[in-house]
Amino acid sequence: MASTTPIDTPPASPVARERARPKTGRAGDKIFLGLSRGSGILLLVIMASIAVFLTYRAALAVSKDEGNFLTTFDWNPAGDPPVFGIAVLLFGTIVSSIIAMAIAVPVAVGIALFISHYAPRKLAAPLAYVVDLLAAVPSIVYGIWGALFLVPYLEGLNLWLDQFFGWTYLFEKTEVGVARSLFTVGILLAIMILPIVTSVSREVFLQVPKMNEEAALALGATRWEVIRLSVLPFGRSGVISASMLGLGRALGETMAVATVLSPSFVISGHLLNPGGGTFAQNIAAKFDEADAFGRDALIASGLVLFILTLLVNGAARLIIARRKEYSGANA
Amino acid sequence: MSQAANTGIQKRPTPMAPTRKTSLSSRALPRWAPLAFAAVAIALGVGTGAAAGWHSHTQWGLFSALLFVVISYVTTTVVENQRQAKDRLATSIVWVCFLLAVVPLFSLIWTTVSRGAKILDGYFLTHSMAGVPGIEAGGGVYHALIGTLEQVGLATLISAPIGLLTAVYLVEYGKGALAKAVTFFVDVMTGIPSIVAGLFILSIMLMAQLQPSGLMGSLALSILMMPVVVRSTEEMLKLVPNELREASLALGIPKWRTILKVVIPTAIGGITTGVMLAIARIAGETAPIMLLVFGSQLINTNPFQGAQSSLPFYIWEQYKIGSEPSYDRAWAAALVLIAFVMILNLVARGIARWKAPKTGR
Repeated sequence: MASTTPIDTPPASPVARERARPKTGRAGDKIFLGLSRGSGILLLVIMASIAVFLTYRAALAVSKDEGNFLTTFDWNPAGDPPVFGIAVLLFGTIVSSIIAMAIAVPVAVGIALFISHYAPRKLAAPLAYVVDLLAAVPSIVYGIWGALFLVPYLEGLNLWLDQFFGWTYLFEKTEVGVARSLFTVGILLAIMILPIVTSVSREVFLQVPKMNEEAALALGATRWEVIRLSVLPFGRSGVISASMLGLGRALGETMAVATVLSPSFVISGHLLNPGGGTFAQNIAAKFDEADAFGRDALIASGLVLFILTLLVNGAARLIIARRKEYSGANA
Repeated sequence: MSQAANTGIQKRPTPMAPTRKTSLSSRALPRWAPLAFAAVAIALGVGTGAAAGWHSHTQWGLFSALLFVVISYVTTTVVENQRQAKDRLATSIVWVCFLLAVVPLFSLIWTTVSRGAKILDGYFLTHSMAGVPGIEAGGGVYHALIGTLEQVGLATLISAPIGLLTAVYLVEYGKGALAKAVTFFVDVMTGIPSIVAGLFILSIMLMAQLQPSGLMGSLALSILMMPVVVRSTEEMLKLVPNELREASLALGIPKWRTILKVVIPTAIGGITTGVMLAIARIAGETAPIMLLVFGSQLINTNPFQGAQSSLPFYIWEQYKIGSEPSYDRAWAAALVLIAFVMILNLVARGIARWKAPKTGR
């Protein structure tokens, strides 16, 4: 070990040292740089090959699809002729994610404010940890909790919504059946994406320049006015990107949706009716019975999901990156 | 990431709310007012609930919460002024938001513990499902435990070195377009749904005519794990003070040895934490296992050949059978899985605190 560095065994002449030291260093440096740069490149290669492989298998399937891949309301790749389309899945994925966002984002902003500005100071860190624990629970556990506990529990809420808000069309329950609906899925997804939205928003709220807050306080603002005047405007883009990260999670969630939803290939604006489907749920549900061609068809739907999450996550990251650039000036 | 947030919280002095006592001209409610409002609201809520005969206690709670908000808003408007009333309203909404998040967490943990503890014992942990009909009681989780440990172990062996080296590249060498691209795509990769990672390996399997095995599952899991390791390691390496690097380089030590002997050892606590948190994240993934490992009722200790089970897959399998004994097994396995993940989490955070890089004196 020591022989590779000249410190312990200084060579006789300065000339020899000049020659010896950079040599070992350079070779080692080259190898190490190569290795670390190689792993970076490997990550890029993996991302690229995900796109390439999925596209290739998807193209195989879609070229034999007798229905329209985008508008068909059916999933029957084993049939003769094979017919499958993603219309229902796209609808279900987007609707359940929107419900999740509508519930989770306001609550998450509230929690982030609670931890950053309202909670007693000593409690803030442990409370933040409790919220992070929600993220540590595996999605399959959310799934069975949702299916065996939340679904029966939401019956009452469904009846109540139907009774008082049935006129909105959205909350009209036209089919009897347990609450294995897109609405329930949305609630469960909201719980699951709370931690990520909370933790990103919380970090942005903690970065608010203290000058701004103190200036507001000095003008006699109440705590709420401080938040409205200095914290929320500063944190807006952070909250937006946090929500998009959460949206990315919600779009791709598999097990929780697969356990809770009772799938059917219909598009319905009645959110409380059981039925509908999402990309990930459909893959999980149809995989067991799928033959080789059926698997390619599922891969095709997975490709759409991949592109969807890629766009959402990429946009979120770009917003965060832009934020970093100009928040540096405030520091 | 959250560690940094935690320290941020601790360092930050809370902005003091203006003390209302100093304003001599206006009337102010006493400090115990919110408690009084709460007591009145709960009393009224419970009273109304009992009188109207509402079955659900959730309704009692919701009604009390609503009463609390209304009472405090009205009283504050009358006694103090509208601005203070709005402030109180915001405070109660923020508190409600926090409680809303805590309720499902406790409900979930309580359900899992109370239902899972029913059949969780030594027998359950040391027996497989071989020869046990799904709808009957009996059997255990041993084969799934082995599967999870092997698949997660393999995934860690694959992704920890790659993740670590990538992070070293980004922090120590990275400049220019390549580093920017890697940073961006690592971020995007964090958001890949687990089922898409599974489908990617599946498409390779279909083309190379490979059979399902634990290794295939680990490959998909390592795709999910790598970006998490890169991210957390990067954060930790950035915390290593530059003086350490400069001191080492000034002694004539080559850069690669500086990184190996000075930078990484300094940050090793945080790196370990990051890897453990990543393990905790992938240990609960079901979808890739379902597509690539297929599940099995038998003990298969060889992750390179043949179908295996895993804890999350076992839960899904038992849930799908849909009988009372299989639900019991699903909850018990869920309890084992949650315990595993939570212990990893706690130990990881413990290490982070214990081995935090010492910046300055």
